[in-house]
Amino acid sequence: MALLEIKNMRVEFPGRHGTFTAVEDVSLDVNEGEIVGLVGESGAGKSTIGNAILKLLQAPGRLAAGEVWLKGERIDQLSDHEMLNVRGKRISMIFQDPMTSLNPIETIEYQLVETILTHLDISEAEATRRAIDLLDQVGIPNPAERIKQYPHQFSGGMRQRVVIALALSVEPELIIADEPTTALDVTIQAQILDLIKELCRSRNLGVILVTHDMGVIAETADRVAVMLRGKLIELGPTQQVINAPQELYTQSLIAAVPPSNKKIDRFPKVATEDSEGSALQNFDLSGHWLVRGDTYSTGGKSLLEVKGLKKRFQVTNAILARNRTYIDAINDISFDVQAGETFGLVGESGSGKSTVARVITGIYPATGGTMRFAEHDLTSAESRAEKQKVRRDIQMIFQDPYSSLNGRMRIGSIVAEPIVVNKLAGSTEERKEVVADLLELVGLGKDAARKYPHEFSGGQRQRISIARALATRPRFLICDEPTSALDVSIQAQILNLLKDLQDQLKLTLLFISHDLPVIRQMCDRVGVMRHGDLVEVAETEMLFETPQHSYTQALIGEMPKFAK
Amino acid sequence: MDRIKRALDSDLFYSYKSSPLALVSSIVAAILIFSAVFAPLVAPHNPFDPGSLNLMNGFSEPMVPNAFTGDTFMLGTDDQGRDVFSTILYGMRISLFVGFAAVVFAMTIGIVLGLTAAYAGGRIDSFIMRIADVQLTFPSILVAMLVFGIAKGITPVHLRDQVAIWVLIISIGLSDWVQFARVVRGAALVEKSKEYVEAAILIGRGPAGIVFRHILPNVLSPVLVIATISLALAIISEATLSFLGVGAPPTSPSLGTLIRVGQGFLFSGEWWILFFPAMTLLLLALSVNLLGDWLRDALNPKLDD
Repeated sequence: MALLEIKNMRVEFPGRHGTFTAVEDVSLDVNEGEIVGLVGESGAGKSTIGNAILKLLQAPGRLAAGEVWLKGERIDQLSDHEMLNVRGKRISMIFQDPMTSLNPIETIEYQLVETILTHLDISEAEATRRAIDLLDQVGIPNPAERIKQYPHQFSGGMRQRVVIALALSVEPELIIADEPTTALDVTIQAQILDLIKELCRSRNLGVILVTHDMGVIAETADRVAVMLRGKLIELGPTQQVINAPQELYTQSLIAAVPPSNKKIDRFPKVATEDSEGSALQNFDLSGHWLVRGDTYSTGGKSLLEVKGLKKRFQVTNAILARNRTYIDAINDISFDVQAGETFGLVGESGSGKSTVARVITGIYPATGGTMRFAEHDLTSAESRAEKQKVRRDIQMIFQDPYSSLNGRMRIGSIVAEPIVVNKLAGSTEERKEVVADLLELVGLGKDAARKYPHEFSGGQRQRISIARALATRPRFLICDEPTSALDVSIQAQILNLLKDLQDQLKLTLLFISHDLPVIRQMCDRVGVMRHGDLVEVAETEMLFETPQHSYTQALIGEMPKFAK
Repeated sequence: MDRIKRALDSDLFYSYKSSPLALVSSIVAAILIFSAVFAPLVAPHNPFDPGSLNLMNGFSEPMVPNAFTGDTFMLGTDDQGRDVFSTILYGMRISLFVGFAAVVFAMTIGIVLGLTAAYAGGRIDSFIMRIADVQLTFPSILVAMLVFGIAKGITPVHLRDQVAIWVLIISIGLSDWVQFARVVRGAALVEKSKEYVEAAILIGRGPAGIVFRHILPNVLSPVLVIATISLALAIISEATLSFLGVGAPPTSPSLGTLIRVGQGFLFSGEWWILFFPAMTLLLLALSVNLLGDWLRDALNPKLDD
């Protein structure tokens, strides 16, 4: 008998525009000592299944049909009061964000001991001993001392370990881990996944691992369930699903995952109904407005040269200079970018890679060092108008597609704004034509101009963002984590689009990402950043095959391997 | 047509349709505002036309035919024989005009200073917001009285009655800009850190373009909420000032003036001269306030789901 059995589960969210079925007819079972991966793109209903098992659906969501059995006992009909004995005690949950799943005003000890005492009938001293023991098991050094500390005194990875200890504290039979490593850096992700795997084996736990990340599934899960729009479309052993997917959707999903072991030219196009925009189709650009910009030679030198760049932020203000505190986001980094290449910057959160982008574009002033772009010195003090002439050539695509577009403007005005501000079009007709062409070029079609940003999905918004950046006729495009907020199939489309645009418009790219497989697909050369330092710069293939610096070696060693 | 269809389909309109409180209070407010704006057409008498008054009609009880003339007044008459219903309509006109104008004035100052503080940051921000903090330590009615007193002191006597309404608007507006500035600054700080502002910098928009084209349209929904609630408060402030005798002059009486005059008759039995203006003020302020309350909930993104 399986540990957990879900039979024909159906979850509905009644709303203003009719009833939305988030989960439809899903049947799934989890055995003891087994990790079942639940994978799918945003909105597929994978988290909803986890919440429905625990009866934690947000109102007005409800379990409309189906049964949930835990060890032969039906739990979907239990009252809220009876559920208290299931939640936390028999089924625990690990949430995505370790920053918010612990109570910041209580010590770790209080939170662990309180949980243990609620569910188990033991003395407080015994509970404390048990809590320390748990922290030790999840790999927290000096557990007896650290248990007295507050959540903010732990790093993100350590905090997620505490959350896991909390989930284990009452000896559950099943753990539902909802994107447990999504908020963590890649080196910590590997440790947490190993921990979950090890605990699953040693305690014979059942684990449901909800994630959007195929790499995580490939490394961790025994069986995979693939979800698409609320339906479970494929279920099987991990190796079989990854290597020989049966369903068209699974095939396209797996084709879209950037392989970590080799560079491919373009992501293969697998026909799905979900394609959000067409790719470039023989768009004749010769003599077009887009390629009519000023050209200037770099005289055989690099297009962008950064020397000894420093950026320091003031953290606290004080009247006396010596009382002010600073943080150095970038310490003395130097690199150059050749015309036409894609230079990658990779690093974990807080390594300063986004700051580099913002200093180059001039959003933040540099604290020290020099930057040369073609024949212009970007750091010298020039008038705003003169600066703008150079800056027009450097544009940026942002990470968050939801905050990078002004929600009160129509798409047409958003894309036209750079043309208007820089007076790049001779007439209103020309401007309208160029905007229509740009929208066509990024695969949205010119009808998009009349709509507002909220009518578009994340991937489509990112295309609008690209069209806006291209509207100044830039030569240098900075992509700051352009796909980290997107689903993997959309990511593949956007990355293909960027490559196509680069070829057609002879763009130079600075590509910033924390995602190593993506970097491998996109970049010619890569710089690795850590705590504001550039620790290694190398050709992409050299970097992945023979990393020199110990930090690069660690990064590449820990990245989830996904090879087809 | 497209816009109307979009508006009818919006979440805001849906929330409006499904909130009985919003429906009732907006209908009440609409009736009151309509009858005030079209007072000359709606009112049965013109209380400012001495020719139409008959002193014999003085102190008529509501709905009771006058003993001397046989005329019937729905809400009675005052000592001069003025129809209370008509004076209320004309008074409400002044109250509403002062309220609206004061809110627009306060809103303009508040938005400009709030946006400046948020976008400039640093010392300018500290300077503007400290002034706001200091002003908040005084009750707003005191600030309004102070401004009113100074204005009265510097205007020539023969102009006083003519400028009284404008002085009232300025003094209420000046006492009320702080909350607009605070709300706008807070919202603008959030918007300023969003990536579309960085994108606007990169394409070469100057500070004014960024503030007015990009940030301002995105901070308007909280401003709308504050403006609605402020309208109710401004109407009450105006009534308070007029009640204290420092507001609207007797030649153009507002609801507050009517209440002040009416209270003299309360204990001599002519309760209606006080009661009906007071009830009108209550209905007006309450309906506008409830509307603002609903708007705040409806526009709050946190309550979306």
